[in-house]
Amino acid sequence: MSESGGQQSTPSSQRPKTGGLNPAMIDVQNLYKSFNGFAVLKGINLKMPEGTTTVVLGGSGSGKTVLMKHIMGLFKPDQGQVIVDGQDVSTMARHELSVFRERMGMVFQSAALFDSMTVGDNVAFPLREHNKNLSEKDIAEKVKATLAVVDLHDVEKKFPAELSGGMRKRVGLARAIIRDPKIVLYDEPTTGLDPLTTESVDEMILNARERLHVTSVVISHDIGSAFHIADRIAVINEGRIVEEGTPQDVRKTQEPLTKQFLATWFGRA
Amino acid sequence: MAEQQVAEGPKKPPAWLKTLTRPVELLGELSMFTGSSTAAIFTRPYRFGLLFGQLEFMAYGSMFVVGLTGLFTGMVLALQTVYAFGLFNAQSLVGATVELSLARELAPIFTCIVIVARVGSAVATELGTMRVTEQIDAIETMAVDPLNYLVVPRIVAAAIAAPILTMLFNAIALFGAYMIAVWAKDLSPGTFLNRIQALVQVKDLTSGLGKSVVIGFVVTVIACYRGYRAEGGARGVGIATTQAVVGGLIAIFFIDYIYTAVSLYGPQDSTGGLG
Repeated sequence: MSESGGQQSTPSSQRPKTGGLNPAMIDVQNLYKSFNGFAVLKGINLKMPEGTTTVVLGGSGSGKTVLMKHIMGLFKPDQGQVIVDGQDVSTMARHELSVFRERMGMVFQSAALFDSMTVGDNVAFPLREHNKNLSEKDIAEKVKATLAVVDLHDVEKKFPAELSGGMRKRVGLARAIIRDPKIVLYDEPTTGLDPLTTESVDEMILNARERLHVTSVVISHDIGSAFHIADRIAVINEGRIVEEGTPQDVRKTQEPLTKQFLATWFGRA
Repeated sequence: MAEQQVAEGPKKPPAWLKTLTRPVELLGELSMFTGSSTAAIFTRPYRFGLLFGQLEFMAYGSMFVVGLTGLFTGMVLALQTVYAFGLFNAQSLVGATVELSLARELAPIFTCIVIVARVGSAVATELGTMRVTEQIDAIETMAVDPLNYLVVPRIVAAAIAAPILTMLFNAIALFGAYMIAVWAKDLSPGTFLNRIQALVQVKDLTSGLGKSVVIGFVVTVIACYRGYRAEGGARGVGIATTQAVVGGLIAIFFIDYIYTAVSLYGPQDSTGGLG
C-alpha cells in the first residue's frame, strides 16, 4: 500500500488476500461518508479480488453509487481507506488521481457519451488524450476493433442520439476498455433496459471479463442480472455491507434484510 | 465513529448570520473555481483546437448581433447628443462626446451584455447538461482534467473575443453616429471628426478594451461555474443558466464601476489611472 499515493503499484503477491481467492484488486477499509450531516456510508469493509466480477447489490439510496465514486476517487472519504491496485486512492492529489485513472474504465448508467461527438470520436477520446504517438489511422483501426469486441459494427459515424439504449451502453463499454484498463466499473448497467437488452448487456460484461481479464465492479439493484454475472456479490443496505460471498452463499443467506431483498426476485421466479 | 461525529456536529451559527452564509459560501466557491481554472490555463496540454472553436463561436458568431447593437446605439446616442448639445449651442462637441462615451463605457459594457446573453447562457446550458448527464464525470474518469478541457478554452476565448467585439462595436457605433449627426442633422463632417481627433486619446480606447477583457473573462467564468455545478436534471440546467445570466449582468456593472473609479481616480495617474 502506498500511503504517499505514489504511482508504483504493489505486486499482486503483496496485495491483501481474500480468503483463498485472488489477491484483492480493490480493498475498501472502514469507509465512512456523510453529506450535509447525513451519513451515507457507515463503515464499509469490502475486498474485490483481481480478475473477478463483484456485484454490489442494493436498493435505491443504499449508498452503492457513493461507494463506487470513492473507488474512482471522485469522492474523498470522511474516514477509512480505499486501496486500489495497491494504492490508497483517498490520499491521492489531483494529478496523481489523473495518472491512476488511466488504469481504470467506467461505464455510466446513462452511458455518458459526448453527444456532440460521433460514436467513433467518443471511443477514440481516451486514445487521442493519452496516446499522442498513435496516428489517426491506428486510432481508427483500434476503434473499429474495440467496437467489434462489444458486437458493434459500422456505427463509427453515427451520433449517440441515433443509437438504442443498449447500443449506447456498448459504446460506453468500448470507450472504457479501449486502453486496456485493469479495472472496469459499471454503474447500474441494466437499469431501464428491456429483458433482451439486459441479457445482451450481461453478456457484454461477461465477455469483457473473459476476453480482457479485467477486474469488474458492477453497481446494481437488478438481482437477476447480478446472479447471472457475479463471481462475488456484496449486499449493501443503509450504508453497510450486510452480506458478502459467492452467489451461492448469498442465495442461502439467513440475514433478514438480504433475504427480504432477494425474495422480491426469487420469490416470484 | 463517523455517526457520533455527525450527531455531535459543529455548533449552528446564529440566525442573523444565516442570510449571509450562502452568499459568502458562493463567493468562496467561485473564487476557488476561478483560481483552479486560471491555474489550468497554464497547465499542459494547451488545447488550441478547442480554443479556436470557441473563438469562432464567441467572436465570429457574435459579430452580427454586436454590430447591429452598435449601429443602433451609435445612432441613438447621436440623436440624443445633438438634441442636448443644441440646447446650449455646443453641437461641435457631439463627435467627441459620442466617441468618448462609446470608447470608455458603452462599447465594452454593451458588448459584454451581448456576451452574457449569447455566450454566457450557451456555456452554462452546455456545461450544465454535460454535468447532469454525467459527461463531465466521464471526462474525469478518463484521466482528463475537465477544467483544462472544458473551462479553459471558453474563458480564454472570451477574454480574447471581448476586446475584438468591443472594437467592432465601437467602429460601427461611430459610423452610426456619423450617419445621423452629419447626414440627418446637418452637422459639418469636419467638426464631427476633428473634435474626436483633438479630444479622444488612445488611453480612452485602451481603457475600454481593458475593461472588456476583465469583464468578458469574469462573466464567462461565472457561466462556466454555474454550468459546472449544475445539478438536478433539466430544471437544474435551467436554474444554472438563469443564475449565469443574472450573475453575469451584476458582475458587469459591479466591475464597470470599480474599473472606472480606479481608471479615472486611481493611484497611478490622477488624470487617467489605468486608462
